[in-house]
Amino acid sequence: MSIDKTQELVLNMGPQHPSMHGLFRMVVHLEGETVTHIDPKLGYLHRGMEKLAESRTYSQFIPYTDRLDYLASPHNNWAYVQAVEKLMGVEIPERAEYLRIIFGELARIASHQVCIASTALDMAGWSAWSYAFRDRERICDMYEMTAGSRLTVNIMRIGGMSAEPPEEFWPALQSFLDDTPEMLEEYYGIFFGNEIAMGRLKNVGILTKEMAENLSITGPVLRASGVDFDVRKAEPYSIYDRFDFKVPVRTGCDSYDRTIIRMDEIVESIKIIKQAVRDIPGGPIMAKVPKVIKPPVGEVYHRVENPKGELGFYIVSDGTTKPSRLRIRPATFINLQMLPIVAKGWKIQDVVAIFATLDAVLGEVDK
Amino acid sequence: METLKYLMETLNNLFLIIAEFIRGLFADPHSVWANLTMNVINFIIVVIIVVLAALILILLERKVAGWTSQRPGPNRLGPRGWFQTIADALKLMGKEDVTPAGADKFIFKIAPMIIFCLPMMTLAVIPYGRGMAPIDIDLGIFYFVAISSISTLCFLMAGWGSNNKYSLLGGMRAVAQMISYEIPLLFSLLGVVMITQSFNLGVIVEAQDTIPFIVLQPIAFVIFMIAGLAELNRAPFDLVEADQEVVAGPFTEYTGLRWGLFFLGEYGNMTAMSALAATVFLGGWQGPGFLPGYVWFFMKVGVMIFIMMWVRWTFPRIRIDHLMHLAWKVLLPLSIVNILLTGLGIYIYRFVMGG
Repeated sequence: MSIDKTQELVLNMGPQHPSMHGLFRMVVHLEGETVTHIDPKLGYLHRGMEKLAESRTYSQFIPYTDRLDYLASPHNNWAYVQAVEKLMGVEIPERAEYLRIIFGELARIASHQVCIASTALDMAGWSAWSYAFRDRERICDMYEMTAGSRLTVNIMRIGGMSAEPPEEFWPALQSFLDDTPEMLEEYYGIFFGNEIAMGRLKNVGILTKEMAENLSITGPVLRASGVDFDVRKAEPYSIYDRFDFKVPVRTGCDSYDRTIIRMDEIVESIKIIKQAVRDIPGGPIMAKVPKVIKPPVGEVYHRVENPKGELGFYIVSDGTTKPSRLRIRPATFINLQMLPIVAKGWKIQDVVAIFATLDAVLGEVDK
Repeated sequence: METLKYLMETLNNLFLIIAEFIRGLFADPHSVWANLTMNVINFIIVVIIVVLAALILILLERKVAGWTSQRPGPNRLGPRGWFQTIADALKLMGKEDVTPAGADKFIFKIAPMIIFCLPMMTLAVIPYGRGMAPIDIDLGIFYFVAISSISTLCFLMAGWGSNNKYSLLGGMRAVAQMISYEIPLLFSLLGVVMITQSFNLGVIVEAQDTIPFIVLQPIAFVIFMIAGLAELNRAPFDLVEADQEVVAGPFTEYTGLRWGLFFLGEYGNMTAMSALAATVFLGGWQGPGFLPGYVWFFMKVGVMIFIMMWVRWTFPRIRIDHLMHLAWKVLLPLSIVNILLTGLGIYIYRFVMGG
């Protein structure tokens, strides 16, 4: 009998807890402060998106996709409308493709900034949080100029884009792109370069390459474990094959790499946007699509690289105006599998950090 | 010129003159009754200092938080938001006072009261100017550290009494952290005690008339700052009330004024710790003669408090094993080395001076 064994403490964290993003709840079994078992409880934000889709027309469902991963709503629009376009065989105009790339990559930057901010905040790095949010605000402003809303942008339509960016959009975009290197330096200086932050994140929550592959993890979390997989490269959709960019891969497998890889991705996104701004042609932004969208009978699966990982839409059409079945493959729901496995044996503090680096958005997890 | 000098002298000794005047009202200025009255007045002044400090510091903290994170901070109530704290205090008074059903009621209720008393007790021995210590005792440093370590007990009482798992975790963290950091804190002060050969804070300040001890004891000052932050549960060592992990630690179940007392106690303790740092390392009320001593003293305290707030809003929170590692493997050996070096320095000094 060992005397340093204490009674197990079952701690219920969430759904109302300062570090639980959205409405996530986990039941944590503790031995002192060491985690022996985590039991994630999902579903507090379940809205039945997939079922809702069956009673909405194809176009009516686009605003619902905004509410999936609400930190990168253009990406959800994009994945959905591209799936429908694939089903219908619609070719969309060049300019619309370029605009989609620009908004998609802006959304990626905004989402990564929130991830950086919330990781910092979960470790009480208050200033880093407000720095990242200050810069994200500029992206929200650009959304607002174009689409009128700041969070749930709802900017894409089946066959193109809903709106042409106004004149003041382009200078705002240009100045944002110019300021980004400085922003990233600031984040590094105030948070990632900090000795305490490094101590908190480095070598914590190791997700090995094998584990990541077996758990079908995607996105930055996977790439931080040394797997070079990005849907933009592996299965180029839209016009990603025209752009010159790298997929950042890190081999640290720890919380630090899972967070800082998002800084690398911001750099690559900036490169893509710069090329898109340079090459964007004129012309219409909507293809000629029928007023009533009625895809032919069939099924389609389309996936895109969402900031959090692979986001897929599986649509079954029975030839009517409404999908017969719509299935969403959310990135963070599947990434969340790793939490109970990876967090085991770490302290309760580290669990909070590991959860933050997953960048889970509960809108997407619970659907 | 002479009048100016006289004016400065008067200003410098203003409070002593007032004290003498009050004593003079008694038939025998050193009778028991006169002493008792003076003690009561001193006590009231210390209470006023604690409450005023808390009122100002809460607003200052929010302002500093604003400045570091590039936003204005509270600026709506009164000129530049100066009435914000008062509004917050009124709000706290209006809140329902909830005691959790399963709580150990006596312990739960007494914990915030004790923690609010501690800064008053510690601030009572600080010399605010020449001869201006409300209570002048010879074991000043010893008394200060002994009293301030009681706050560990308050956190444990609050954590245990609340009957909440988060509170319990926070309380346990408090005990582990504060007891560990007390040792380097005390050891860092020992160097100064060795130089002055006195525990009396007044004597320590008098000894710094040529050079503040931060110059002679730089390592000790750094150790004192780190250990002091940990002792106060300020970021980056705020594991006790880490809201991302244990919600609010021992304060989770407290509402209204009881919670406010914890808050006041925290800022009072912060003032006390800064006052000790200013007294022991920064020369206390010593300073160029164009300002009265107590003004210098409060300016030094203000600088220390500002540094603490700056650190809090910039640094992320440290990990618990790194925290223990820092205390036992870095700060403690370093402070012992500092004591050794100080001893050697004193020995060499005496040898050279032919003592």
